[in-house]
Amino acid sequence: MSEVSVRPSADALMRAETAYRPPRDPVQIIRWTLLAMGAIVMVMPFVYMLSASFKYPHEMFDLNIIPREPTLENYVYVLRDGRFLKWFVNSLIIATCVTVSAVFFDSLVGYTLCKFKFRGRYLVFIAILSTLMIPTEMLILPWYMMSLHFGWLDTYWGIMFPGMMTAFGVFLMKQFFETVPDDFIEAARIDGLNEFQIWWSVAMPLVTPALSALAIFIFLGNWTAFIWPLIVTTRSELYTLPVGLTTFSVEQSIQWELIMTGAALATLPTLIVFLVLQRFIIRGIAMTGLKG
Amino acid sequence: MNLYSRLSIERKRTVWAWGFLAIPVTFYVVIRFYPTADAFLLSFQNWNLLGQRSWAGWDNYVRLWNDPAFWQVFRNTFMYLILGTPISLVISFVIAYHLDKTRFMHGLLRALYFLPFLTTAVAMAWVWRWFYQPVPIGLFNNILTNLGFTQVRFLNSTTNALPSILAPAIWAGLGFQIIIFMAGLRAIPQTYYEAARIDGVSNWTILHAITLPLLKPTIVFLVVFSSIGFLRIFDQVFNMTTNDPGGPLNSTMPLVMMIYQTAFSSFSMGYAAAQTVVLFLVLLIVSLVQLRLLRDR
Repeated sequence: MSEVSVRPSADALMRAETAYRPPRDPVQIIRWTLLAMGAIVMVMPFVYMLSASFKYPHEMFDLNIIPREPTLENYVYVLRDGRFLKWFVNSLIIATCVTVSAVFFDSLVGYTLCKFKFRGRYLVFIAILSTLMIPTEMLILPWYMMSLHFGWLDTYWGIMFPGMMTAFGVFLMKQFFETVPDDFIEAARIDGLNEFQIWWSVAMPLVTPALSALAIFIFLGNWTAFIWPLIVTTRSELYTLPVGLTTFSVEQSIQWELIMTGAALATLPTLIVFLVLQRFIIRGIAMTGLKG
Repeated sequence: MNLYSRLSIERKRTVWAWGFLAIPVTFYVVIRFYPTADAFLLSFQNWNLLGQRSWAGWDNYVRLWNDPAFWQVFRNTFMYLILGTPISLVISFVIAYHLDKTRFMHGLLRALYFLPFLTTAVAMAWVWRWFYQPVPIGLFNNILTNLGFTQVRFLNSTTNALPSILAPAIWAGLGFQIIIFMAGLRAIPQTYYEAARIDGVSNWTILHAITLPLLKPTIVFLVVFSSIGFLRIFDQVFNMTTNDPGGPLNSTMPLVMMIYQTAFSSFSMGYAAAQTVVLFLVLLIVSLVQLRLLRDR
């Protein structure tokens, strides 16, 4: 049932069409070889970043990928500093809270606008959608002024509040709730569930693919967010990972092996998690991206 | 509670609906609509973050119009768009087109192309910045000199710096565009291709007469979406030019960075707000023009 909501093309994209035998046809061989070379070029920046983080300074600028004398000293140095761990925790808390809030409210609003017939719902929907036209950069100055006024500068809440709900999520979830049959909701009403219970325990489980896609996008967006956390925080203890990495790298100036270690620490943990989830993300992009 | 129980079923549902919407509507009013109005208002005022906001009329816009730095920034912003969108779309289409026809290790190849999309722009900006350094530090120049070429000044040249900063932005976005293109390619019904094959049409004609026209919604979406991204470029520029923000000689400064500096280095909040209004108009006009041009053809 939960598969109802997945777009056919998204499903087609995910259907494993991997062949285990290398191609025989010369055109296919050339195509595959060029694609593979392109893929290697694409990941080269990671490879060199990682390799540099395990090198001593004197070996740093050689072109070899495998360090001749691999060392963990850079990691020891960067982690002993302690700030990276703090920034990591900050980013994790902030991205998690924003994701939970946005997924909860976006789907609640999307459901309400989709399944309730009441006066003004069209107006609310258009009003929410219209905010998509306003670039974040335009709101940053008023948000900063608000934060200044209410004392939200240098707080978690200050970093989080602009993202607590997203218009994109409302639009997306409204689309997906269309696939939930009204009969299910009617049946649940007859069973005596209240409207909140119907949403939470009947409708929500039917749109889990969309929920997970939305959650991943919002998390990724907040994990990598830069300009707003940069503006709203001035104290190192409250920096998120991207902002922390910027200050750290500026401090190190020419010690590129330390900068690369910082970059690796900022990139790898999530990269690994997201690579595991890669199939969901790709499917999510395929089923949501085209609707935009 | 008594009042509620006397309502009709229809009314009860309306009460629930507004109950569900209460917090979100408040949020949108306070965090989205009010700040939008305030940004427009502020663009007609002078304010340095400390004193009173005073009325300035059109002064900020006049000042912007007469500011040569702004026109430089305006050109830069459009350079990011004019280079970034076509280059990234052509590359990602070519890769998606061929990846779609590849079966052997398809999943692995796709994952490798997708990998840069999952990274933090800030971290990757520093990696690329390292690559761009002169000999003996930077990877690119080391490779070039090893092959017998002369060094290229990537980041400290007024002509090369902007494309050099754009490169990691294009690189990071390719994975997303490839996935969207591949989903679009899969959505084209196979029967068209079968019919073309029966007619003995060449691959080139199939691409021109079937694939590209049927892919148009995907192309329109990606053109608009990636254009907005390139017009709003910031993270890469900020991190690759920390020693000389937007430099050399403002040659890489995009509009968002000018806004950031005007607001948080010069504290001319009203002037910065006028710049955000210009950004809003640029994004709106570019999107509308693109939709118009691409839909009509």
